Amino acid sequence: MAEQYAADDLVVLLGTPNAESSRLYAMTVTEGDPSWAGALAGVALGLPVYHVMEEPVKVQIAPEVYEEHVALMEMVLESADIAQAVQTVRTNTGQGV
Amino acid sequence: MQLQGKKIIALGERDGVQGSALAACARSAGADVVLETTYCFV
Amino acid sequence: MTQTLEQPVIRGVRFFLAHTPGLVRYGSKPSRDIARDATIATAISTHLRSYEAAMAYPPNRAFLGHCAPDTLTAMAQPWFAHAAPASRWGAHGEIMPEEEFYGLLKICDAFELVRLEAGFVEEVRAALALHPLLTTADLARLGPGMPEADIVAQCRKGDTLPLALRDGRLIGSMQSAHEEDASLGADVLLENLACKASAVMALRTLLAQEQLDPLAIPYVLNSGEEAVGDRYQRGGGNLAKAIAEMTGCAAATGVDIKGFCCGPVHALALAGGLVSARVFSQVAVVGGCALSKLGMKYRGHLQHDQPVLEDVLAAVAILVGADDGVSPRLRLDALGRHTVAAGSSQKAIFEQLVSQPLTQLGLRFGDVDKYATELHNPEVTEPAGSGNVPQLNYRVIAGLAALHKEITPAQVPAFVATHGMPGFSPTQGHIASAIPFLGHAVDGLRNGTFQRVMFLAKGSLFLGRMTQMADGMSLLLERNAAGTHEETL
Repeated sequence: MAEQYAADDLVVLLGTPNAESSRLYAMTVTEGDPSWAGALAGVALGLPVYHVMEEPVKVQIAPEVYEEHVALMEMVLESADIAQAVQTVRTNTGQGV
Repeated sequence: MQLQGKKIIALGERDGVQGSALAACARSAGADVVLETTYCFV
Repeated sequence: MTQTLEQPVIRGVRFFLAHTPGLVRYGSKPSRDIARDATIATAISTHLRSYEAAMAYPPNRAFLGHCAPDTLTAMAQPWFAHAAPASRWGAHGEIMPEEEFYGLLKICDAFELVRLEAGFVEEVRAALALHPLLTTADLARLGPGMPEADIVAQCRKGDTLPLALRDGRLIGSMQSAHEEDASLGADVLLENLACKASAVMALRTLLAQEQLDPLAIPYVLNSGEEAVGDRYQRGGGNLAKAIAEMTGCAAATGVDIKGFCCGPVHALALAGGLVSARVFSQVAVVGGCALSKLGMKYRGHLQHDQPVLEDVLAAVAILVGADDGVSPRLRLDALGRHTVAAGSSQKAIFEQLVSQPLTQLGLRFGDVDKYATELHNPEVTEPAGSGNVPQLNYRVIAGLAALHKEITPAQVPAFVATHGMPGFSPTQGHIASAIPFLGHAVDGLRNGTFQRVMFLAKGSLFLGRMTQMADGMSLLLERNAAGTHEETL
């Protein structure tokens, strides 16, 4: 699927519930993971990856949609740690912040 | 980073934000969702 | 117009654990990885625990009723470092060593699919003869066994799985039932037979310890995630009847209730409805183990040089019956359902599973003494990067209570500590979903420690690729106010 669309157009959006799994997923879609199965199998994809609770993403989502689908999880999850984890992967893989 | 007009790969998790929820969020921001998945690791 | 609803009760609950380090290699994740890289088998084998260690493991002890799950909170981690004195039988069941479990597989095998080496058979016959729940007829089904050379020859065939102990000793084989049918492959049959055998032991334990007459059970619901069938009917099912056959429930038939990890809670609701409507006087709900989940998180454990903790198979048996004035009541008028309309919004889902049933009964979040959610042992999941699942679920419930202004956000941790519990269940799928607390809950509701316990389970339907949705179901157990048999709606 990564071949079907222009790299510029694709963005990965995560809904992972903790910092560690967020980091792992972010690494997988940027640097790749040989043991990954399915649509993202084993390729260094270099895709931009964001978590839905990160501020730059959140502000673009319709407030009532965010409220219904994400707000409760934002309250109970370690949102700051999650955002930090994904941001760090972007920085380390040269995506900038 | 603008979501508008982008193609979104929504990787949700059952106990986090699920795939369909991510998709709804992305669409409300003017993006297209090309892959919607929810994972469960237990 | 008023109706009266007879609330059914939970008459008893028992569990069964089998410690099966030799079978870890046949868990889904280990078996796929070993097929790619044979050295992984060695790495796993050097990280397998002894029976004594598995028996002493605090989460397993909590699972079998030796101690309350809350006692794990004060225990220093890693829990697997604890070498407490341990015994095989807890208040709610036993942990069986792998040698005996292999014998049990043979006993439950009606098709000569399991072959055991002759010397091993004699060793295990002696051990099983001491088991309080196995009969002479059972032991006769062990047969004489086969010469080791024959077992070795069998294992050379592509469709046969070698069966070995933790130390690598080859003790038997599992074969497929049809060379052209993937649904009857050795791996599938091994998984299904383990499911059958473990559920049989859980139900035998329940029947014996609660002094129940198996002939008085008319219906058995099995709620596991195995697929029993053949190429024309891959999920044909009704393992329940096979379990009834091996537990003396000769007056019963049964059926399988399939709902991913939510199966058992659905089955309890259905069993309750049948009893309440007086279709049956009582219904047994069982759930066998999930062999495919052995070693699921092994990579995280090896990375941290820890023992492979997913080395036990777990099963449950529950009896739902008519109100006896003492057993905890199952409030059929307060079932929570994750409906299609709720979609994938966690808020909507938890409103349906928690808020709505409570509102229906005029209760607040704090009126439930304990919530039992996904109870997966975090010591298994955290090294693999999968987080602490029970804690996450409890935080969501507490978050919902905060949204409803019953508590403040700052009170969320205290709510979690009071109304939640640390995870302690083996990651055995449907077994881990709310059900592991049922034994403790029934005890506590009988003796007055608890007034109300809510069980909420979830099912990851999306894994079957037929829907993007998940599922969930909740039910409330309450202490029986003796003398009050009916609720007026």
